[in-house]
Amino acid sequence: MDSELLIKNGRVIDTAGGIDKKCDVLIADGKIAEVGVVNKTVQTVIDAEGKLVTPGLIDIHVHFREPGDEEEETIASGSMAAVAAGFTSVVCMPNTNPVIETETDIEYIHRKARQTRKTHVYTMGAITKGLQGVELAEMGFMAEAGAVGFTDDGRGVQDPAVMLRALKYAAMFDVFIAQHCQDDAIAGKGVMNSGYYSTILGLPGLDPLAEEAMLWRDIQLIKKTNVRYHAQHISTTGAVELIRQAKKDSLPVTCEVTPHHLLLTDECCAEYDTNYKVNPPLRSAKDVEAIKQAIADGLIDALATDHAPHLQSEREIEFLTAPFGIASLECALALYIKALIEPGILDWPGLIRMMTEKPAKIIGVDKGTLGKGKQADVTIIDPNAEYKIDVSTFHSKSRNCPYHGWKVKGKVEKTIVGGEIRFEA
Amino acid sequence: MALIRKSKQFKWHRKHLLGLRELSAEEITYILDTAKGFEQVSTRSVKKAPPLRGKVVVNLFFEDSTRTRISFSLAASRLSADIIEFTKKLSSVSKGETLLDTAKNLEAMGIDIVVVRHSAGGASRFLSKNMNACVINAGDGFCEHPTQGLLDVYTIRKIKGSLEGLKIAIVGDIAHSRVARSDMWAMTKLGAEVTFVGPPTLMPAEVGRLPVKVSYSLDEVIEKIDVINMLRIQFERLGGNPFPSIREYSHYFGMTVERMKRAKPDIMVMHPGPINRGLEMESEVADGRNSVILEQVTNGLAVRMAVLFLVNQAAAQSE
Repeated sequence: MDSELLIKNGRVIDTAGGIDKKCDVLIADGKIAEVGVVNKTVQTVIDAEGKLVTPGLIDIHVHFREPGDEEEETIASGSMAAVAAGFTSVVCMPNTNPVIETETDIEYIHRKARQTRKTHVYTMGAITKGLQGVELAEMGFMAEAGAVGFTDDGRGVQDPAVMLRALKYAAMFDVFIAQHCQDDAIAGKGVMNSGYYSTILGLPGLDPLAEEAMLWRDIQLIKKTNVRYHAQHISTTGAVELIRQAKKDSLPVTCEVTPHHLLLTDECCAEYDTNYKVNPPLRSAKDVEAIKQAIADGLIDALATDHAPHLQSEREIEFLTAPFGIASLECALALYIKALIEPGILDWPGLIRMMTEKPAKIIGVDKGTLGKGKQADVTIIDPNAEYKIDVSTFHSKSRNCPYHGWKVKGKVEKTIVGGEIRFEA
Repeated sequence: MALIRKSKQFKWHRKHLLGLRELSAEEITYILDTAKGFEQVSTRSVKKAPPLRGKVVVNLFFEDSTRTRISFSLAASRLSADIIEFTKKLSSVSKGETLLDTAKNLEAMGIDIVVVRHSAGGASRFLSKNMNACVINAGDGFCEHPTQGLLDVYTIRKIKGSLEGLKIAIVGDIAHSRVARSDMWAMTKLGAEVTFVGPPTLMPAEVGRLPVKVSYSLDEVIEKIDVINMLRIQFERLGGNPFPSIREYSHYFGMTVERMKRAKPDIMVMHPGPINRGLEMESEVADGRNSVILEQVTNGLAVRMAVLFLVNQAAAQSE
């Protein structure tokens, strides 16, 4: 028998199991053996007094840049960053170079992840070949190889006929289709939110309508096809309203939001700091409020970072030409706490649910819970640790993170993946 | 030096001129007063003054420009600076040397003032944060063109005495115009009432939050205004098809002889140039007695001398 691991006296929060109480978690054979008061002498005991013990956190939207841009991030470096941030599962986006669009590509990601042995690395596959929005990629073969879903993330599928075809075809498999909602015709060459700040900064704007028009269109397509659909990183008041209505209509629609759309606004771009250049762009304060309200109303399913690492040399250029993306995986939990727990929008179970149970359900994996017999992915959090975010301590290869120097609360103490301690603070 | 009028207690402290948005009315007035002192240099038989002797000015132009570049060159040479011309057409996708590397290389050669024009909004601000040299924005994307804004208010002040209470219309492609933005900041800070006039498709996002009025009808405002600034339709910047045809645009927004008849007799007609004759303005208007278009060009020289002089002085004081 493998060694056992006992986590004592933590506040155990397992929303799927309906647990929120001070107790112990026993892990044996890499699986959850018991949650409750455990009086047993085991080899390894972790004292979690004053700490939170939760199912391993899940981030369903990361860019690990491998293959193709290994100078920015690799599956190894990204995985290390993930466990340091308490994430026991991540989902990579397929917009690498080459694009993840065949079963071989899926297997490549999985192999790299196995070699790293840090966090569980899942991947999505492309909806269309080369993310070109024209021909469908081999969704069936990719799904069989373990792709958890499909997206052309980085861009939206522009042609409604192609999107309809993708949804119809996907109905054959138990998969979900995710969309980066952006109508390129409306978006034009925008580089930041269209509004007062884009006007005074003299930068081309990305109209919120670009996001809303595609989301609206997709919702009409979902009414026809009833395939599971996930709107990635929604960022506007209008998008929130569309999701509200879709859920009212009981459509199989889920959505996620990022930390930056909860904490930052387009005003942050005022000094042309490229660390604030992201797509969807930072929106207005009104949009941020609408998203927070949507979270309070239970409309948003998951929190996801859209961790998008970039080289420093790509940040030290004009805002107009810099690439989009914020690397925030490693400080994500503290950011969510700041945005949602501190102002009282969510309580701890509410936050943990959006980082465990709900994202697991979206991607269709048997995770996000401390149920007996489940693989032992556990995150231990010190909710009171106060510190300053320091990008120089990141395990990620990139530093394009606008939160450097922020005073935050809440730190990951230990990350346990499959019963193994993979990270200790 | 007698050129500089002593303004009460005021001290210029900026070593960069990046935009007019961050300038106070007092600062703008100070530049205009300084420019007034420099005006006479160009009318003397020896058209030179010594304040920038031994200094190196680089014209770093990544976009086409004739008048602004020549105006800056001439201004720098009248102040006895050495001038380097660096022009490079740059596309946003070109993978060549970065703007920062280009600037750092120039700086390593010991330059004092960079005059930069670039297609990206914020390019000059970006350089100012990464260089020790003084940076003067000669136009960045559609963000600002501060010396144009300054020469426009200089010209108005010279003719009208003051901008206080003047009604000014800026007409055309506001969305893509750095001139409209710099004019707006300078004119409103000096007390004028500015109206942006143009089709809604050429208005910037949330224009209602700017300190201006907005009108879609030139006919509605033409009789009430003291100054009209006609922007050039910049075909190179227009995406898509913001108006159906040149014909229709001219019909609604062109400054025609007919419209001139309805305007105040002393209306000032301005244009930042180069003019698309017959499009935004009929030749009779451009060359007519109300036109100050060439005076704008002349005044640009004095204003640019003032700006070069002031940033250099501020840099010297901060050392």
